[in-house]
Amino acid sequence: MTDQQINSETRLRLYRLMRECRELEQRAYDLFMQNLVKGTSHLGLGQEAVAAGFGAAMNADDYTFCTYRGHNHTLVRGVAMDAILGELMGRECGLMRGKGGSMHLTSVEHGVMGSYAIIGAHLPVAAGAAWSAQYRGTQQVAVCFFGDGTTNIGAFHEALNFAVIWNLPVIFVCENNKYMEYTPIEAVTAVANPAADRASAYSLDPILIDGNDVELVYRTASEAIARARAGKGPSLIEAQTYRHGGHSRADPGKYRPDEEVAAWKARDPLDAHRAKLVEAGVDEETIDLIDAQVMSAIDEATETAKASPPPPREIAYIDVWADGGVEWRC
Amino acid sequence: MALLSYREAVAAAIAHEMRRDESVVFLGEDIAAAGGVFKTTGGLLEEFGEKRVRDTPISEQAILGAAMGAAMTGLRPIAEIMFSDFFAVCWDIIANQVAKSRYMTDGQFAFPMVVRSANGAGSRFGAQHSQSLENWAMMVPGLKVVAPSCAADVKGMLCAAIRDPDPVLFFEQKSLYGTKQEVPDGEHVVPLGKAAVLREGGDVTIAALAAMVPRAMAAAEQLASEHGVQATVIDVRSLVPLDTTTIFESVSATGRLVTVEENPRLCGWGAELSSLVAEELFWDLEGPIVRVTTPHIPLPAADNLEDEVLPGPARIVEAVTKLVD
Ligand SMILES: Cc1ncc(C[n+]2csc(CCOP(=O)(O)OP(=O)(O)O)c2C)c(N)n1
Ligand SMILES: [Mg+2]
Repeated sequence: MTDQQINSETRLRLYRLMRECRELEQRAYDLFMQNLVKGTSHLGLGQEAVAAGFGAAMNADDYTFCTYRGHNHTLVRGVAMDAILGELMGRECGLMRGKGGSMHLTSVEHGVMGSYAIIGAHLPVAAGAAWSAQYRGTQQVAVCFFGDGTTNIGAFHEALNFAVIWNLPVIFVCENNKYMEYTPIEAVTAVANPAADRASAYSLDPILIDGNDVELVYRTASEAIARARAGKGPSLIEAQTYRHGGHSRADPGKYRPDEEVAAWKARDPLDAHRAKLVEAGVDEETIDLIDAQVMSAIDEATETAKASPPPPREIAYIDVWADGGVEWRC
Repeated sequence: MALLSYREAVAAAIAHEMRRDESVVFLGEDIAAAGGVFKTTGGLLEEFGEKRVRDTPISEQAILGAAMGAAMTGLRPIAEIMFSDFFAVCWDIIANQVAKSRYMTDGQFAFPMVVRSANGAGSRFGAQHSQSLENWAMMVPGLKVVAPSCAADVKGMLCAAIRDPDPVLFFEQKSLYGTKQEVPDGEHVVPLGKAAVLREGGDVTIAALAAMVPRAMAAAEQLASEHGVQATVIDVRSLVPLDTTTIFESVSATGRLVTVEENPRLCGWGAELSSLVAEELFWDLEGPIVRVTTPHIPLPAADNLEDEVLPGPARIVEAVTKLVD
């Protein structure tokens, strides 16, 4: 797929999706600092291009599997902002009415099949959903996002081998943001490119891309998804990116050299895409209007979430079992 | 009726369910072409084909993860973990993922899946291939846990487990695989959460599970013939849901409870049952609740050592006679 094939509508959509991610995460951070988001939260500020590029390339009935750093990936599937913010804030309007929290955003109706907070756990689960799609003969694919650090846990390797031998329609997307929580990935990894350099061990092509180039992500995603839909099996994509902030909560990320942070911020995926749009002849007003629309949508969602009451106490006592109950004896 | 072994009942149940429901699929190590390392699943590949009966690599996390992903998207997978001891390498998928994902997503998922595993001692396999781990599963909210003691229940409860809308951990006691029993042909479903009263007597209630059930029965015969003590023997069968109705009815009548557990002492299922009885039936009791378990040790391999530490009829008889004296 060449540059030209991304039409202007999609280009603007990619911009809007990234802007939504950026502002929603910024808002989540502000709410955390105001103690309105409790517990923890892991933001994808700076990594928006990966989520947006894939989100735009997926069909409505495809499956997304994400990590605790999954707000962006959830949002780009069409989940409402107030439901996301409400979940982070533990409110009744939350996506899971506060029963899951920031690390477990899930919306089955949007194909968001869970956000997983145990490193690596969701790779085999995504393979299973892809197996099910293959078995049922649907054209669905599963896209599974995870970090660089996740390439060193066993489940990564089990899932890759498994997906290849069963030729499953699953795309594994490693967002290499250079760090685990605080440790640089190169300090603990046998290869330079933690996912791409392992691809050949599973007879997959190494795919290493600039994860801050949203159009490149979109094209790469589209190709991998088309392959999977055509029955040509899984892909492993390593997208190089960077988180602008710390790992979680209020972590300032001081373990990273200032020059490194500055260099990556200079490669902000939103700025880069905006410049590209302008260069392609989109007028600034059109882009500014998108920015303004996104901001007002986020303000509105914030107000909705703030006005939403805490979830009713009774829901703590439902839904352990499929009958809706919690009873363990009879 | 047909005389089936406990092992043959496994394949009979899976085949019965695969015939009636296209969404039932089966995966695990050596389960298809080889028919299972315990020969429990022979013939399934031949009848249902490799689309539905699938050999996997030695990847327990992938096996259970794949089952979970399939269950959340409309299939009814059965996964085999060859030995229950291997749950230690994939427990995340069971305890953190499958068990919790329905609850924490406000009911968005259901996981109609069964994980079968060969559990327990008696085969001289030593400490890493002989454990009774039902209690690991029992303490995790969101898992149903069953452990049949006879071929008819293997068929009936496995069929029920496959139809169940919730995840079921199905513990097969490997030393029972060769035991035989008349098993109903065709449709035979034993609902989960129903204990079986195998023998009735007014002096004491003996609650046992899996391989301990035949031992409890042998003890009860001996108690009757040699000591004039009449015991009720209950096969608990299902730990979650737990049939407290049936068990409590018996304990209320006899006033005495002895549990017989293959697991090491601490936190066995009998401890939970004892606590429930102490809390809710205290005034009906005529003596202390007594637990007969394996000591709190890893299992040794040599025949005489394994026999030494597992509860057997003699220890059960001794515990009961002391109690009723
Ligand atoms: C099995 C497991 N080990 C450790 C952790 C703690 N932990 C949470 S996030 C994280 C870093 C993960 O790094 P990476 O995969 O690169 O993802 P990123 O956070 O950078 O997106 C760690 C170690 C965990 N959640 N699960
Ligand atoms: Mg990382």
